[in-house]
Amino acid sequence: MESYALLLAATLNAGTVLAIAALGLLINERAGVVNLGAEGMMLCAALAGFATVVYTGSDLLGFLAGMGAGALLACLFGVLVIYLGTNQYATGLALSLFGVGFSAFAGIGYVQEKLPPRMAYEIPGLADIPLLGVAIFKQHPLVYGVMAFALAFVLFLDKTRSGLVLRSVGESPESAHALGFQVRKIRFLAVVAGGALCGLAGAYISVVYTPLWVEGMVAGKGWIALALTTFATWRPARILLGAYLFGGVTMLQFHLQGMGVQVASQWLSALPYVATIVVLVLISRNPTWIKLNMPASLGKPFHPSS
Amino acid sequence: MTFLNKRSVLKWTAISMVAAALVACGKKEEAAPAASAAKVEPLKVAFAYVGPVGDGGWTFAHDNARKAIEKEFGDKIVTSFVENVAESADAERNFRDLAGQGNKLIFGTTFGYMDPMLKVAADNKDIKFEHATGYKTAENMRTYDSRTYEGAYMAGVIAGKMTKTNTLGVVASKPIPEVVRNINSFTLGAQSVNAKVKTKVVWVNDWFNPPKETEAATTLINQGADVLMQNTDSPAVLKTAEKLGKRAFGWDSDMTAYGPKAHLGSAVINWAPYYIKAVGETLDGKWTSGKSWWGVKEGAIDMVSVAADVPEDVKKKIDEIKAGLKDGSFVIWKGPIVGSDGKEVLAKDAVADDKFLGEIMFYVKGVEGKVPN
Amino acid sequence: MLKFEARPQASLFWRYASPLLALLITVVLGIGLFVLLGKDPVRGLQMFFWEPLKSAYALGELTVKATPLLLIALGLAVCFRSNVWNIGAEGQFVMGAVAAGGVALLADKDTGRWMVLAILLAGVLGGMFWAGITAWLKDKFHANEILVSLMLVYVADMVLSYLVYGPWKDPAGYNFPQTKTFEAVTQIPRLMTGSRVSVGILLALLCVAAVWVFLFRTRLGFAQQVGGLAPAASRYAGFSSRQSLWLALMVSGGFAGLAGALEVAGPIGQLNPYVPAGYGFAAIIVAYVGRLHPVGMVFSAVLLSMFFIGGELAQSRMGLPKSITGVFQGLLLFSLLACDTLVANQLRWQGRRA
Repeated sequence: MESYALLLAATLNAGTVLAIAALGLLINERAGVVNLGAEGMMLCAALAGFATVVYTGSDLLGFLAGMGAGALLACLFGVLVIYLGTNQYATGLALSLFGVGFSAFAGIGYVQEKLPPRMAYEIPGLADIPLLGVAIFKQHPLVYGVMAFALAFVLFLDKTRSGLVLRSVGESPESAHALGFQVRKIRFLAVVAGGALCGLAGAYISVVYTPLWVEGMVAGKGWIALALTTFATWRPARILLGAYLFGGVTMLQFHLQGMGVQVASQWLSALPYVATIVVLVLISRNPTWIKLNMPASLGKPFHPSS
Repeated sequence: MTFLNKRSVLKWTAISMVAAALVACGKKEEAAPAASAAKVEPLKVAFAYVGPVGDGGWTFAHDNARKAIEKEFGDKIVTSFVENVAESADAERNFRDLAGQGNKLIFGTTFGYMDPMLKVAADNKDIKFEHATGYKTAENMRTYDSRTYEGAYMAGVIAGKMTKTNTLGVVASKPIPEVVRNINSFTLGAQSVNAKVKTKVVWVNDWFNPPKETEAATTLINQGADVLMQNTDSPAVLKTAEKLGKRAFGWDSDMTAYGPKAHLGSAVINWAPYYIKAVGETLDGKWTSGKSWWGVKEGAIDMVSVAADVPEDVKKKIDEIKAGLKDGSFVIWKGPIVGSDGKEVLAKDAVADDKFLGEIMFYVKGVEGKVPN
Repeated sequence: MLKFEARPQASLFWRYASPLLALLITVVLGIGLFVLLGKDPVRGLQMFFWEPLKSAYALGELTVKATPLLLIALGLAVCFRSNVWNIGAEGQFVMGAVAAGGVALLADKDTGRWMVLAILLAGVLGGMFWAGITAWLKDKFHANEILVSLMLVYVADMVLSYLVYGPWKDPAGYNFPQTKTFEAVTQIPRLMTGSRVSVGILLALLCVAAVWVFLFRTRLGFAQQVGGLAPAASRYAGFSSRQSLWLALMVSGGFAGLAGALEVAGPIGQLNPYVPAGYGFAAIIVAYVGRLHPVGMVFSAVLLSMFFIGGELAQSRMGLPKSITGVFQGLLLFSLLACDTLVANQLRWQGRRA
């Protein structure tokens, strides 16, 4: 039983990375902008975060540096896509490719660096509960942080005026513009905020999850985070669920191997990706459902006709 | 049709202008070095690495050896290296370029370079090629490898004594004989001091993938393993053990610094003795083709930085094993050895030869599961 | 202040000048990068722009690199023009290679030369099959093709890995993960000795012509693109968007699979875990920089190949990190996207309102 509790703990940890990134992407997608550059932003942020902790010893500064890196790249993306009107998909891809190359390039000096010893966190008292304590209450603060953020995001979208504005910009930018909202500025802010969160996710990987730097260490998690926004039908709570599901499948494949299950390891390695496709298909089956949930202007450029 | 012509003219004009400018500069540069070649030219030695020099593991070990030959031979040689050369069709181009750059001794440090090197060797008969961990040779290409299983065995001896749960874990890279042999040797070493141990294995299907190595190590620990070994190239497994309060070994290079509390010892490869021999032979004109497989005896494998809290009798046993391997009195793969399916693979007192060792694709008793494929 | 506003009609001048400006910007930024790293910028540029062109051998290598890029990009252009975002060409490349490899393994020393055709055909079918999965999932379940095709890339890598570690492993290969080397009879014919250039380049150029004719001279090609640009109008005109989807993915899958077959029966000569070389992703850049135009993509394939080879040479001769290639490619694409906006828009100085 103990090992299942530990599996759950590992799942929460693995899922947190995806959840932070996906929630960030959700912000800009709700505003109507799809940023395929997640992978590139996360890698650059992972490097920025790692380097900062190497020099300052402070995890907090590392996270802030990661967020800064993500926001900076998102700015570049935002200017091109929102103000210059370039194709969102192509620009996002360019950002991804650039980010992958640039982080590998700039990170060369950091491959052998070590971070100061990582802290082990636990919630006093709760962590001593048998099984549950191990499973849930010995996590890094950000694991709980992302859950709180998801909840806050739900409230933001549904219950606040700013949330409503964000949603309306995503559903119908023309109407929002007619009502006097600065659509492009709102979209730009959403893109930068989304980038900052992707950056936080990247920094989490290199500072907490695998405290090392090596090129390409994000290993496709940016793309999976993008998939998450779709199969969570753009709802924050579902993103959390999807992230944990995916994180769980990833850890499960190692767990099964360790238990001596006789399936070729390659099929187990492919499991998370196949799972993504299956869930995606299940969600997308009903086009009306997708249409109801997807921000209507997603991917389409907006030009104020003045 | 018109836009086709305009476009091509514009584009090619621009490119040719840039190219022309560069040719002019380029020619100037190439003229200069030729003037100074009056004395004996130093031997140009080149290395192709599959990973980054800073990986702290496999490639790092090779590069340390490269620095050692620079120290040993001083002015007589000039070394260079190329890192991150993928084991793909591109490798051939890299080797051809190294050959074209005047290198006379070229080292390829991973299995996947085998066929590309063979092709380039066929076209460059005056250059010597050294291929690590492969099996194809030519008149001007030979292979070399290290008996990493000896290091794995010694790690196993330490692990067998230090484990409290009697469960060991191995983070394995790809299911090839070398790795399976290491898993087995680790287990045999542990069983020699503790008959109750069993070994769990998780395959990451990669040589260097710190995030996956971390996840694999976490899983093994979650399933009860308290001492880990790895056959992957990064310090991630050791770091994970450090974080979760378990023990682990460094691999290929001394990894003490990555996990001071968790570190039990590092099974290191020292390529310097072999590289010094190879360069020496090339300089003296005595280089011949063949296969080399060096271990503790030749100074290529060692168990270093054994932790202070390992009991004295274990440390003594390790020293005895090293001495035994050096003078040939101790053999690791000597029967009786039983496979995980219960069938005997090596009869009592039978000694496994290199051919047997090179083809191992079974688990010994005590290792859980079956070898993938 | 500077204002960015739409032109009354697209600028013809900028349509040609934009890629050149983008290249220039990339070169300038590249020089800056070299200087920052303390390396000689002229020699650096030489690595990228002169060395890959300077000898017959170098040109041959350039062709070997550019052929798969061009082929895959051709297919992607058809896709992107139809607004079908096939990001998974890499997976289709791998599955084409797997299919081709599987057929190649069936050959023995005495098989006739027709084997080469069978291998290429298998590659095309393999790639089509893999792309077909994406097409079917989108057609039937409306699943987003970007994500499905991308996930299938990872799955394809695993399929290849399973086969070379398992059922297709060379029994005489000391248990190393690779198939046996394909018989000489299966080798794609070389164009000349001393070089790795194969008839693949001729095939690719033929495809360039074929795609050009398809896109710009056939009704079907026209329907395909209208479907991408204006789906509602296309439906009104009676063009089927479903047909568009399938055609786009089948074509790009087939081309990617063909590229895979050429690689595997050509320079590689066997199946091993290193077949996926990232061509499927690099081809996306090739397609874009080539403006999704068949002839433009010939040039962009050459240019991108120069970046690849130049990056390798910069590493081996100047000690520059190999990742500089990725930086250049990303920069080029960014600059191109930015410069392209000048085609439809212009910068004008507008005085402050009183």
